[in-house]
Amino acid sequence: MADAAAVDHGHVTGTGLSNNKLLMWVFLGSECLLFGGLISTYLIYRSRYADGPAPGDIFDIPFTSVSSFILLMSSLTMVLSLSALQRGDIRNNRVWLLATALLGSLFIGGQVYEFTTFVREGLGYTTSPFSSAFFTLTGFHGIHVSLGIVMLVSLLISSFRGTLTKERSETVEIVGLYWHFVDVVWIFIFTVIYLVPSPTS
Amino acid sequence: MSTTTENVATQDAAHEHPTDARYIRVAIVLGVVTALEVATYFVNIPGVVVIPVLLAMMVFKFFYVAAWFMHLRFDSPMFTKFFVAGLALATLVYGVLLTVFEFWTKG
Amino acid sequence: MSDTRELEVPGRPLGVYTRPKGNTGWRDWITTVDHKKIGILYGVTAMIFFGIGGIEALLIRLQLATPDGTVLGADTYNRVFTMHGLTMVFMVIMPLAAAFANYLLPLQIGARDVAFPRLNALSYWVFLAGGLFLNMSWLLGDSPDGGWFAYAPNTGVVFSPGHGMDYYVLGLQIMGIASLLSAMNLIVTVLNMRTPGMTLFKMPVMTWMILVVQFLLLFAVPVITVALFLLMFDRNFGANFFNPEMGADPLLWQHLFWIFGHPEVYILILPSFGIISEVIPTFSRKPLFGYPFMVFSGIAIGFMGWGVWAHHMFVSGIGPISVAAFSMSTMFIAVPTGVKILNWLATMWGGKIKFTVAMLFAFGVVSMFTIGGLSGVTHSVAPADTQQTDTYYIVAHFHYVIFGGSLLGIFAGFYFWWPKVFGHLLSEKLGKWNFWLMIIGFNMTFGPMHILGLQGMSRRIDSYSPGFGFEFWNMFASIGSFIIALGVLVFVINVITSARRARHEPPVGPDPWDARSLEWFTPNPTPVHNFDDLIQVDALDEFWHRKYAEDENGRVVRVASAEEVCQDGSATDVHLPSPSYWPFVMAAGFPFVGFGLIYTLWVCIPGALLILMAIYGWIFEPTDDPDGPHGHHADGLSDHDGTQAPSEAAGETVEEAPVG
Repeated sequence: MADAAAVDHGHVTGTGLSNNKLLMWVFLGSECLLFGGLISTYLIYRSRYADGPAPGDIFDIPFTSVSSFILLMSSLTMVLSLSALQRGDIRNNRVWLLATALLGSLFIGGQVYEFTTFVREGLGYTTSPFSSAFFTLTGFHGIHVSLGIVMLVSLLISSFRGTLTKERSETVEIVGLYWHFVDVVWIFIFTVIYLVPSPTS
Repeated sequence: MSTTTENVATQDAAHEHPTDARYIRVAIVLGVVTALEVATYFVNIPGVVVIPVLLAMMVFKFFYVAAWFMHLRFDSPMFTKFFVAGLALATLVYGVLLTVFEFWTKG
Repeated sequence: MSDTRELEVPGRPLGVYTRPKGNTGWRDWITTVDHKKIGILYGVTAMIFFGIGGIEALLIRLQLATPDGTVLGADTYNRVFTMHGLTMVFMVIMPLAAAFANYLLPLQIGARDVAFPRLNALSYWVFLAGGLFLNMSWLLGDSPDGGWFAYAPNTGVVFSPGHGMDYYVLGLQIMGIASLLSAMNLIVTVLNMRTPGMTLFKMPVMTWMILVVQFLLLFAVPVITVALFLLMFDRNFGANFFNPEMGADPLLWQHLFWIFGHPEVYILILPSFGIISEVIPTFSRKPLFGYPFMVFSGIAIGFMGWGVWAHHMFVSGIGPISVAAFSMSTMFIAVPTGVKILNWLATMWGGKIKFTVAMLFAFGVVSMFTIGGLSGVTHSVAPADTQQTDTYYIVAHFHYVIFGGSLLGIFAGFYFWWPKVFGHLLSEKLGKWNFWLMIIGFNMTFGPMHILGLQGMSRRIDSYSPGFGFEFWNMFASIGSFIIALGVLVFVINVITSARRARHEPPVGPDPWDARSLEWFTPNPTPVHNFDDLIQVDALDEFWHRKYAEDENGRVVRVASAEEVCQDGSATDVHLPSPSYWPFVMAAGFPFVGFGLIYTLWVCIPGALLILMAIYGWIFEPTDDPDGPHGHHADGLSDHDGTQAPSEAAGETVEEAPVG
């Protein structure tokens, strides 16, 4: 293991890596177990739809494809906002941060629309094990996205205050890591839950 | 006292940053793959074929977001190790769980 | 970053923007971010919970001393045994391990503190909040009664209609947050804060074991988090995760719980394995035998622990293939543990054993854990386990490994590191009474349970009928439990009288045990700034190698006294992370949220506000207070004048502005 000292914001760290960034990656490692549990629960229960709609009956793939694409593009805008700040381009940093927050909000809006539609079509939270597992999994994901939006807005506010400078780009990077992870979880969910053929009643 | 004027980790100086154009290209590829994935919904392909194909495309997208957008390709291997550790452990443990529930055979 | 612009936040009526000064007294403890104080907080809190859990144990033993016992009704018994388990696992053993980890890990790697001192404080206060919250259920008449394992569908709203299981869910979620944050913190600390020269393979085995535990926590806590959410949603929102009538499978709970639960038992034992890996070499006057094997076997236990969970479910109907697979994996996991036992024995073999109380407890661990491990091996044989499961044979097994293994190891740690933490020794004489009463009482209590179990006495049940032949050993066990209590009482007396005696005696020297690792470089008790100068490490057991060398004939000779090698603690220019209110404030929000979710959602609001306020207060407080504590002068006063600019010595843990 490298024991050569390297500089991180004025501190010496054994690996030469930033404490904060390492912390975020450590956290993301643990999040894999969280989402894995929710996804597994869904997979076990997807065929147990009681008297309610089955997944194959109710999913609206075209709609969800659009919102998935939106979230995917928000990862692009996120990384563009980071790259702008790393260049010292404060203005574009703000533009892309705002874009990411907006795309994320659009995704959440899409989720809300999708959920309310499902409820109207007879798939409530308590309808069946399938429904509980579906809404819990996607709900947890949605909460993660929402918290991400809160962080993005906080960064925006910080930027308008003038405290989000090029030297602090690591903060944007770390929020970005969280954001991309949440996107990556959706990549998994979209494929495995929506696109992989599901049971129909 | 840490100073804001001091350079961000020397790591940054050492490794490259992709250009914005690069990022956009990656995003286009991801978009295309997503479109292909969605296309499978509209075409009648037997599950035995479509499922591995979908999973492969998913892994592809996963990898590209992690490698490029999350910068793992350019960063210290330590970060990749933590992420892979979590992923691998989750896959293993939950894979066993799904097996005990006969998910692969009974769905 | 002392960016003063961060202080100019318009329109915020509340909020403290200067960090608290290093006050003395209770304010000091509430706002501390010093890993040593946090360790002490964990230790004291855990010992108080130990008293509570111990009383719960004695109540159980009083109830079971005679057949058809009438001390506790069935309902009360269920609550008592549930809380006993929850208390001992989550509020005693885990925080005691955290106490040692917090105090010692930074010292053992030669650091000044952990990577995220405020997060460290938060972990403690959140743990306390969760523990108090869960125990409040006693006072509010509705404690959990579904066992610590809370099997569905028994714990669903149909069969557990009261609030008890809601306390269980929320209390554990809160404590889970504390553990997860701590795990993240300590992992980054070990990777990033080691002193120059301290490669991973020069770290003490104790540090390694703690590191493995943090990885186990990191990955296991999210699993129980999922399980607890699913149970909560079933109970409170009508979800269908464990409801067989809607087609759900209650076994899903067991799987998720034990996927967490099995790594959890390694979380419970590995810290004690680490402790005795320091104690045994010191009192055998020999280096630990097979250091690489000790490290790798610890890592192996960490890995393999993920593959055995369904051995808790052999009779639950998972089918013969699953049973066979988990039976085999469970047999395999005995191997790395066996490696450790052999290495400890080989360390002692040919050594010059000093029978200090710490060493006695270490012997206790090796012998008692071996017994517990052997019964564990018998469980791994699934057909045999079909007989053993849900009997007192299992109760015997896990008490041998948790009490005989984890707890005795912790007591070894108490006696060993007491001088380092408090500056005086615990009485060896009283300590021997402590040890012998505890170990005799312990074997009296749990030894016969092997017999009772194989004779068919059920566990998790409030009474047994006469005429089955269970009477004698139950009475014997109950007597034993009171002997344990006596032993613990002797420990408490030891703590108090040793402290009193220490006031009249000269302070203990820097190295009372002639020990091996870095924490002994500092004077006793450890100064607030840890090390005067950071230590350059060239060897494993660096401290030992500064004191001893080999002469021309290859014999080990002393080359320096402890006084010459140890630091004197007089540095005054060390910059320390500043204290903060926010961890305490944030933790205070959680019980409100918990009570709100149970009783009325309005109560959640102040809780959420406290948490939110604390988050933003945390982000906006200056990362550094130049007027903050700088370490102590030789005259014992601390420097609060802030007249010196903090120096930037290598490896200092100056708190960074946290993320987002």
